[in-house]
Amino acid sequence: MMDHETLRHLADTWGLVFLFLTFVVAVAVLFRPGAGSHFRKCAELPLKDDRKPDVREPGK
Amino acid sequence: MGNVVLIILLGLAAVAGLFGAARGHDALFQAHAWVIVAASLVAIVALLQRLDRPSQEDTENSYADGVVRFGVIATVFWGVVGFLVGLVIALQLAFPELNLGYSFSSFGRLRPLHTSAVIFAFGGNALLATSFYVVQRTCRTRLALGGLHWFVFWGYQLFIVLAATGYVMGVTQSKEYAEPEWYVDIWLTLVWVAYLLVFLFTLFKRKEPHIYVANWFYLAFIVTVAMLHLVNNLAVPVSFLGSKSYSAFSGVQDALTQWWYGHNAVGFFLTAGFLGMMYYFVPKQAERPVYSYRLSIIHFWALIFLYIWAGPHHLHYTALPDWAQTLGMVFSIMLWMPSWGGMINGLMTLSGAWDKLRTDPVLRMMVVAVAFYGMSTFEGPMMSIKAVNGLSHYTDWTIGHVHSGALGWVGMISFGAVYFLVPRLWNRAGLYSLRLVSWHVWLATIGIVIYAAAMWVSGITQGLMWREYDPNGFLVYSFAETVNAMHPFYVIRAFGGLVYISGAFLMVYNVWRTIKGTPEIRAVASDVPATATANSAA
Repeated sequence: MMDHETLRHLADTWGLVFLFLTFVVAVAVLFRPGAGSHFRKCAELPLKDDRKPDVREPGK
Repeated sequence: MGNVVLIILLGLAAVAGLFGAARGHDALFQAHAWVIVAASLVAIVALLQRLDRPSQEDTENSYADGVVRFGVIATVFWGVVGFLVGLVIALQLAFPELNLGYSFSSFGRLRPLHTSAVIFAFGGNALLATSFYVVQRTCRTRLALGGLHWFVFWGYQLFIVLAATGYVMGVTQSKEYAEPEWYVDIWLTLVWVAYLLVFLFTLFKRKEPHIYVANWFYLAFIVTVAMLHLVNNLAVPVSFLGSKSYSAFSGVQDALTQWWYGHNAVGFFLTAGFLGMMYYFVPKQAERPVYSYRLSIIHFWALIFLYIWAGPHHLHYTALPDWAQTLGMVFSIMLWMPSWGGMINGLMTLSGAWDKLRTDPVLRMMVVAVAFYGMSTFEGPMMSIKAVNGLSHYTDWTIGHVHSGALGWVGMISFGAVYFLVPRLWNRAGLYSLRLVSWHVWLATIGIVIYAAAMWVSGITQGLMWREYDPNGFLVYSFAETVNAMHPFYVIRAFGGLVYISGAFLMVYNVWRTIKGTPEIRAVASDVPATATANSAA
């Protein structure tokens, strides 16, 4: 069983590094070259026809 | 066939309820057991009535909108109930005679009834309804797992009834925003897991390759609330047939767990979920895509990474270690950035379409909501700074802050979603009256401003009076004197609440008339494209 000090040390070193790196990676993926048009298309998603589900065979 | 199994299960639940009512160790537990019996019987009767009728809904060709319709009505209903109880307790603070001398009508019992009714009953139903609506539209597929969404909806209503009746009778585990006792907590866990499964499996069978950002916010809300609920409610019941339990934590650990839960209830229940609403309904109503999709994703990751650490700012200058207090403060201040990024993203979605604000009161409602999101997410980090908190904490300033967020952001974005949904769900050409919506926007806005301004003045007055020392180091004011000084502000606050709730009554009337489809409303055949009806209406 880890004590409080060990847990705290883990949190403010490796835990912090891990979360920060995850965030940096998420942002890097977001701004990768050529992603602009992809995200512009994603933004249009709610504006498509919203009356009926798409019942065609799954082709994703 | 499925219904027969359900009826048998409900029969067993009724028997279990009877057993609890007979053998329960205290009257409160027995009363709740009777609620279970009654709820099971009502459900059995309802199911028996539909046994001979084949279900018309279970086709993959249509969205499961029945549950959304019920959710919208429940939102409006619980909203009015919650606001009314809020008005009553505001008046009780101004005029203590209104406690009436009964335990069940006292402020201490009615206050959690108000907070839970507005947060979990009103806000929760708004989140259930809109998340089911949005996930189907943006995944272009019907809700997964058959009729499980009905269990989520009715199970959640039962949770609300158990919680509300418990508060009035005096069942409480004394944890703020988590007052229900262990057995109600277990029930909510079951319902919530079902909710998570319906949402996840709908995402799994989506027909769109991309998961729209609104769903990310909804999913973060569902997952995080599950985690918060489980940890915060860890407790040992005194008896499995009794209504009392003891928390697994004690002392400062209990306090930190409570506020880790409490603040993330704000962050993930009242913020992330409603941001999901913003990212769907604002673009829909403005008929424009969100200003920056990339910003919305940064908003998402930054918000969920930072919010989870902000809880300790509720425990400044307490037994909580200093480093933890400072950590809570620092993360709260960092939250400024994603919050304002999100607000700017919501508002700038209207860029090039600001003229719509003049003609569309529903969009106006949503924009005011986003503005209040920005306002209260500016105020919150400021209040988390230790020096400011030394003045503001335990005063009415906190109450004012919560209400500018809850009435302004949560309330108004939900009203906007209700006004968006009702004509679509009931197949009407439009709302019964846009003028009434316009009145609602102004009444709500003015009501909040009156409320918040009264609480700023009263809170700062209170804070300054509490810390006023004379040259000999004695406190200048007794506590009763500070209470006395609050009276005029409490009256003004109650008036602000009255203005806000009168707007909500206009909404009830408007929604009711829209659903009833009185002659002013032309019913629209479902096969006419939405754009065509919009054009002919204009």
